[in-house]
Amino acid sequence: MACASFAKLNAASSQWIGGHQSFSQRPRLATRRVSLPAIRAGAYTDELIKTAKTIASPGRGILAIDESNATCGRRLSSIGLDNTEPNRQAYRQLLLTTPGLGEYISGAILFEETLYQSTTDSKKFVDVLCDQKIVPGIKVDKGLVPLPGSNNESWCQGLDGLSSRSAEYYQQGARFAKWRTVVSIPCGPSALAVKEAAWGLARYAAISQDNGLVPIVEPEILLDGDHPIERTLEVAEKVWAEVFYYLAENNVIFEGILLKPSMVTPGAEHKEKASPDTIAKYTLTMLRRRVPPAVPGIMFLSGGQSEVEATLNLNAMNQSPNPWHVSFSYARALQNTVLKTWQGRPENVEAAQKALLVRAKANSLAQLGKYSAEGESEEAKKGMFVKGYTY
Amino acid sequence: MSAFVGKYAEELIKNAKYIATPGKGILAADESTGTIGKRLSSINVENIESNRQALRELLFTSPNALSYLSGVILFEETLYQKTCDGKPFVEVLQENNVIPGIKVDKGTVEIAGTNGETTTQGFDSLGARCAQYYKAGARFAKWRSVLKIGPNEPSELSIQQNAQGLARYAIICQENGLVPIVEPEILTDGPHDIQKCAAATETVLAAVYKALNDHHVLLEGTLLKPNMVTPGSDSPKVAAEVIAEYTVTALRRTVPPAVPGIVFLSGGQSEEEATVNLDAMNKLDVLKPWTLSFSFGRALQQSTLKTWAGKKENVEKAQEAFLSRCKANSDATLGKYTGGTAGGLASESLFVKGYKY
Repeated sequence: MACASFAKLNAASSQWIGGHQSFSQRPRLATRRVSLPAIRAGAYTDELIKTAKTIASPGRGILAIDESNATCGRRLSSIGLDNTEPNRQAYRQLLLTTPGLGEYISGAILFEETLYQSTTDSKKFVDVLCDQKIVPGIKVDKGLVPLPGSNNESWCQGLDGLSSRSAEYYQQGARFAKWRTVVSIPCGPSALAVKEAAWGLARYAAISQDNGLVPIVEPEILLDGDHPIERTLEVAEKVWAEVFYYLAENNVIFEGILLKPSMVTPGAEHKEKASPDTIAKYTLTMLRRRVPPAVPGIMFLSGGQSEVEATLNLNAMNQSPNPWHVSFSYARALQNTVLKTWQGRPENVEAAQKALLVRAKANSLAQLGKYSAEGESEEAKKGMFVKGYTY
Repeated sequence: MSAFVGKYAEELIKNAKYIATPGKGILAADESTGTIGKRLSSINVENIESNRQALRELLFTSPNALSYLSGVILFEETLYQKTCDGKPFVEVLQENNVIPGIKVDKGTVEIAGTNGETTTQGFDSLGARCAQYYKAGARFAKWRSVLKIGPNEPSELSIQQNAQGLARYAIICQENGLVPIVEPEILTDGPHDIQKCAAATETVLAAVYKALNDHHVLLEGTLLKPNMVTPGSDSPKVAAEVIAEYTVTALRRTVPPAVPGIVFLSGGQSEEEATVNLDAMNKLDVLKPWTLSFSFGRALQQSTLKTWAGKKENVEKAQEAFLSRCKANSDATLGKYTGGTAGGLASESLFVKGYKY
């Protein structure tokens, strides 16, 4: 697959001093560009790399609003709203038209319905996002189903027809994709479940890149369980070793992917909670042992942590320079207070949008390692773990 | 289990980090008796113990050279040798803050059913041997796996076999206090272009790290000794910047940041080539979370050997040649090499087709 031309990597967006043990966060002018040798190049390589880097830009992260209709229904009913298309549209419009959102948010993951929706003024949501300099993304998996022969574990469906769906999504304006599979520590996890999770992600990633979408690689290790943090570390290292190996076997271009891991924490029912510093230490240890520096960004999922917890933990991880952008891809941890503020009422939209900016800004500061929890509301501190939570 | 954290964990991490100090690198002086014989015969010196001892003493007592080295890999015989004054080589190194290392593999053998691909031997009593070497002062080890590029090579079998071998060797070392240098050398032999080498290198390294992870190897207590990514020996040469870009890209795609240092093998490149390529890599403006340094055998010793020619009266000049190569490579690890050290001899290619260690 040798190509005659090189793809150029924009080293100016890399802020690190090369070659030495110490890193610096000073922005630095590139004195020469680094070629990305094209040994696995496809038609979209340059674009994938550029998109991934854009999403992984300093001080920004992802707003995940790709809840399926059923899941979105649960959110809406929690504030007394029916699960209708207009209500879903109204909610997403509230979020996506928040003024100034693009300062803290670099990408938004949408559900298929939302990708094709417009505002009440008939402006396409994807155009709203592009005007905000937010990259539109799309959930492409088709959900979890029981994995036969496993210990009550799941696997993620969605490979059939994925190529043509991805191509259509690209046409509509999506530039990145997301596929969420899960691993359960209380159930083992079995070697079978881990292998399937990793292989499915690798195939999805290769197909996505083939169709111009940056794949976000998400093997969520569920919070459920009473295990200690060391056990989570062990499982996370195993899962990510498999994931990266299969990604490599599928010739996925690492400069054009993003990761969406769970943080390494004790299980939700473990007797001791871990501090943000402990979570940061274990999580960074895991990442340093498994994530090659070619991967531009790691966007954590919040997985049931409270809004403030999710922000504090992210902040703790950014107290010194990392070889990759370490940021967020939060759904509940960005939306919880917003939803409660909105209550489905038009007169509350502005306040709800302000609430979103508060959370987005907090996480932006956390990405820069500059967040302080002073002044956070009680609502923001409420845990959102639901045992046996199904998406 | 997560990574293996045995009683030596802290020491392994400390030693690996020290070996990876920017500005320093490794002298690979672990030529087996047979191989060193080839070197000696090239300068008409008899392959007897006293000559092998004399060569190594020349290297280890070169004034100021040791300040550019963080480690020296020794062959078993050398680990127990002394200077003419009766001082153990291990002590000479330790006093100069150079960590002694030891080659622990027992050479390669062909894998039946492949087209001349090999696997590396040396597992029998490896743990016990490592423990002995630790007692003798060694703190790191080296095990060389070899792969080749061909129409159907490296084969999946060869890749898996060598990766598993490296992983098993690595964990046994760590159990016994030795930092394992992981060396999956892909030979330059062949007419292939640099892209083919890059693809092979990335595939091999991905498999190596998968195996290391499966075997619970503590990555923070290891070093990697890969080939640089270059065109095949029968293919036109390319600029150092090109080699640097392909090599660093391959490493960025495969080597986790937990690994403190990458110490390249020179594999037949001339002294000057190896230095210039290493320098180009360190000048590259892209994030490299591991140190990029050297673990050179021929590319540090070639002109020294020729200058010595086995004669006592040449020792001083030979040591100067050695010092200048050490300094050149030290500069290269800092991206500060300005080139042209030691002229003619340094530019001599050291490639030997189908080279057998």
